[in-house]
Amino acid sequence: MTLRQPEASEIIRQTAVDLAVKIKSRELSAVEVTRAHLDRIDEIDGEIHAFLYVDQERALASASRVDAKITAGEAVGPLAGVPLALKDILTYAGAPTTCGSKILEGWLPPYDATVTRRLLDHDMVILGKTNLDEFAMGSSTENSAFGPTRNPWDISRIPGGSGGGSSAAVAAYEAPLAIGTDTGGSIRQPAAVTGTVGVKPTYGGSSRYGLVALASSLDQPGPCARTVLDAALLHQIIAGHDPCDSTSIDQPVPDVVRAARSADVSGMKIGVVRELGGEGYAPGVEQRFGEAVELLASLGAEIIEVSCPHFVYALPAYYLILPAECSSNLAKFDAMRYGLRVGDDGVASAEQVMAMTREAGFGAEVKRRIIIGTYALSSGYYEAYYGQAQKVRTLISRDFDNAFSQADVLISPSTPITAFKIGEKVNDPLAMYMNDLCTIPSNLAGNASGSFPVGLAAEDGLPVGLQVMAPPLADDRVYRVGAALEAALESAWGGPLLDRLPELGSVR
Amino acid sequence: MTVLPYEEALAAYDPVLGLEVHVELNTVSKMFCGCSTAFGAEPNTQVCAVCLGLPGSLPVVNAKAVESAIRIGLALNCTIAEWCRFARKNYFYPDMPKNYQISQYDEPIAYDGWTEVVLDEQVYRIGIERAHMEEDTGKSLHVGGLTGRIHGADYSLLDYNRSGVPLIEIVTKPIEGTGAKAPQVARAYVTMLRDLLQALGVSDVRMEQGSLRCDANVSLRPVGTSPFGTRTETKNVNSLRSVERAVRYEITRQAAVLTGSGRVIQETRHWHEDSGITTPGRSKETAEDYRYFPEPDLVPIAPSREWVEELRATLPEPPAAKLNRVSAEWGFTDLEMRDVISAGAVNAIEATVAAGASPQSARKWWLTEIARRANEAGVDLENVGVTPQQVAEIQALVENGTINDKLARQVFEGVIAGEGSPAEVVAARGLAIVSDEGALAAAVDEAINANPDVVDKIKSGKVQAAGALIGSVMKQMRGQADAARVREMILEKIG
Amino acid sequence: MALTAEDVASLARLARIELTDAELEILAPQLDVILESVARVSEVAAQDIPPTSHALPLTNVFREDELRPSLPREQLLAAAPAAEQMRFRVPRILGEEA
Repeated sequence: MTLRQPEASEIIRQTAVDLAVKIKSRELSAVEVTRAHLDRIDEIDGEIHAFLYVDQERALASASRVDAKITAGEAVGPLAGVPLALKDILTYAGAPTTCGSKILEGWLPPYDATVTRRLLDHDMVILGKTNLDEFAMGSSTENSAFGPTRNPWDISRIPGGSGGGSSAAVAAYEAPLAIGTDTGGSIRQPAAVTGTVGVKPTYGGSSRYGLVALASSLDQPGPCARTVLDAALLHQIIAGHDPCDSTSIDQPVPDVVRAARSADVSGMKIGVVRELGGEGYAPGVEQRFGEAVELLASLGAEIIEVSCPHFVYALPAYYLILPAECSSNLAKFDAMRYGLRVGDDGVASAEQVMAMTREAGFGAEVKRRIIIGTYALSSGYYEAYYGQAQKVRTLISRDFDNAFSQADVLISPSTPITAFKIGEKVNDPLAMYMNDLCTIPSNLAGNASGSFPVGLAAEDGLPVGLQVMAPPLADDRVYRVGAALEAALESAWGGPLLDRLPELGSVR
Repeated sequence: MTVLPYEEALAAYDPVLGLEVHVELNTVSKMFCGCSTAFGAEPNTQVCAVCLGLPGSLPVVNAKAVESAIRIGLALNCTIAEWCRFARKNYFYPDMPKNYQISQYDEPIAYDGWTEVVLDEQVYRIGIERAHMEEDTGKSLHVGGLTGRIHGADYSLLDYNRSGVPLIEIVTKPIEGTGAKAPQVARAYVTMLRDLLQALGVSDVRMEQGSLRCDANVSLRPVGTSPFGTRTETKNVNSLRSVERAVRYEITRQAAVLTGSGRVIQETRHWHEDSGITTPGRSKETAEDYRYFPEPDLVPIAPSREWVEELRATLPEPPAAKLNRVSAEWGFTDLEMRDVISAGAVNAIEATVAAGASPQSARKWWLTEIARRANEAGVDLENVGVTPQQVAEIQALVENGTINDKLARQVFEGVIAGEGSPAEVVAARGLAIVSDEGALAAAVDEAINANPDVVDKIKSGKVQAAGALIGSVMKQMRGQADAARVREMILEKIG
Repeated sequence: MALTAEDVASLARLARIELTDAELEILAPQLDVILESVARVSEVAAQDIPPTSHALPLTNVFREDELRPSLPREQLLAAAPAAEQMRFRVPRILGEEA
């Protein structure tokens, strides 16, 4: 089976911006656009497995309604009629939300996430739900209870995680846009290894209402796209204050669209984080990163080096805070009110049924993190583990504050290596955790951060991503730098990186 | 279960109490979502994603609940935190949908206060450790076992209407120095708290409905020593009466254990109102580890000092001041006031006076007729089934001569039985005093004719003997006569 | 600070997960390795450092005490593993309410 690279003229090759324009002008109908993407999913998703659920009828019905509105001259949203995929950890009433887990297999949520609601209210078309590592825990999508997703660049390799489904769908032209969620890099790292764009807004920038919680103080929904402007437009739609989320920011969304359109870094001070590079980083990654840094300099930015000495503690702090919060967040999955129930034979107690169900319903990584989290919060250990990790978090924030006093944005590779083989790190949790080295600090400090494709690694021809980090509420700076890179690189390449996506079925 | 006689127990041991009271607030909506808090709705009709803890749901704090928490704290002379947070208390139980309760741990909104309780003219100052906000759990129905209790049940049915209703937990500091009065002091404290919360208007405070709950902690130490003994916590204390009885029982039970050279086990016990004993809950090998950590889905609460002062201005009269005031207004003697306080009848009398009755008459009815019925039925005064308004109405009927005191008791009976308002009961049961002079005269004649020796006594000067004749007339009239008029008529007749 | 299979079993009980013996054998050393690496956080002298919960120091986020629609009962019970008498049916509960 081969991945047919769509022709440049094909609908599915278009950017979200172009599709929106054509739908609005009625050059294309929303139904045609949706159908083209559904056909693409039919064609290749058997191989890629980006989708867990395709909501075919409702998507076409939505598209049809958008066409009717446009025909009637009614006002519609800026991306009206453009289809997208939702990571299967956000609720969408009427469609199953599994979170990649057996414990929620078939669960139909009775309510929409705020993000979902905003997409629908802006006349977008939801194609379906994408695959993820179970409960968003992982960096490869191999922890999904429903089988891994494959990287369109090389189907023997991982598409990143936890949001591998969203990034793969976008990279393989199954959808021009997707929504992901990022707790430790789950939007950015998949973007990096699939050659796409993925942004994590400032913590509190997008609503978490309806996002099944992993680590409440770290989770953020965000846009996945093939271009920076597409991502910015999607970001603008989903972000903003939500009274249903007490942690959401009550301020206007930073003007990310304008920043993406400006793409101008002249006069910006860009800090390269010393600690995010060197040993453990693939040569190809460092090379493409280095070239991108020079490119930014040539575009008028001032490059400086900054040091964030406490970043070396980011991974350990994260792998204490996340398990602690998730051990509590996942306690609700207990077979009593919804989801899987195992062992209820009329004799077993509620306690036993809970324990049997959770044993059967949760995968290995989820169990690992729940146990670690339970330990980290338990009496006698709280201060040394969770308590201490939250203090380290403050130190990391201070490192960022210090760095941002010297530079407008900070950059680093998005992840130390390129896409590894499926199965390669599955039995080595620590090695798997290393994928998040670069992305985690931003989750801990809550600042905005995005990954942008900067080329293919020389040694394996696989995508490399560059991460741009900006202070909280300065999400626009992330897009400004990303857009500048994109414009310059695509000009040098003669087209987007994804043009080099090989035939499906090829293995490197 | 062995118990030591109370006096013996108190001779050897000094009780120390700790009272934890949970108050359900009367906000319109729940603590963290907009579902209704109305009592008595059909099961699971007041539930949403948040209070059912559905995946993806998030809590948002009810401003009114915070306001009530602060007012309660101020009324208990607490310090109001300048900055505090919610915390998760993690444990698994089917009535708790998230398997953690959002509560407050080491940062309560109010702490370090005090209050006073008056009992038998003695004032007890009780320290308040803290008052904090938390959410209530759902309700379970246990099916298949005996008496609907959890032991031996086959399965359970969960109703989450109550899940998420705002609760304020008020915890006292250890209460020492009450000696033999410990049970009454405990009851008086909960009564005072109930009256205070009612005056604040923050809760329905109905123990029988669960909007006021008390857990009683009791420990004993040998008289004259200071280290605290091991304490037990007793739950299912559902009325003011139960508070007193449960504390008293625990004292006698623990005393028996200690005197028998045993050790009191630190445990949670269950009070049984019918049998008057406590029984142990499931014993736990280790204390439950709740793994508290600050609630990441909520942000800290930092009540401004201006807001706190605004709320302080809305507080009602403090209990001690109120008692002084009403005592003076009502003109009761110290002894009368003392009885009123220990009966927990202050608010009831106040309401009855407000409805038009004289303080003395209000006091009479609440402390005699109604108190008697309360004791017989084993309930608190307010649950006997008659309202202060109705008491005032009954008193008015006595004062205008429609009925007399004796007949009034039948009216109480009718009202409590649900036969209607006092006036309706009088009509339906035909209790009105007969004022028909003809009928009275006939009865008087009958009495005189039937008791010639009594008549002789009266004629010879022993006017008190008329009592027997009055009695006979009253009997004939089934009590529905004005005794004073009857006496008049008898004496007139006899000359 | 080696984590034994017994330690893991007790944590699993606290977390209501009935791990198999085989899982316990594999998990204990895995968790131990992870815990050793995360224990690095204690290298940092952080006595006077306040903990962080939120990137932006929000406070006092409230909602008005107003009614909002509840969810339809039928829909909620339809998702339940078992329901009876308009309530969620659960197996017999061993423990006491806290």
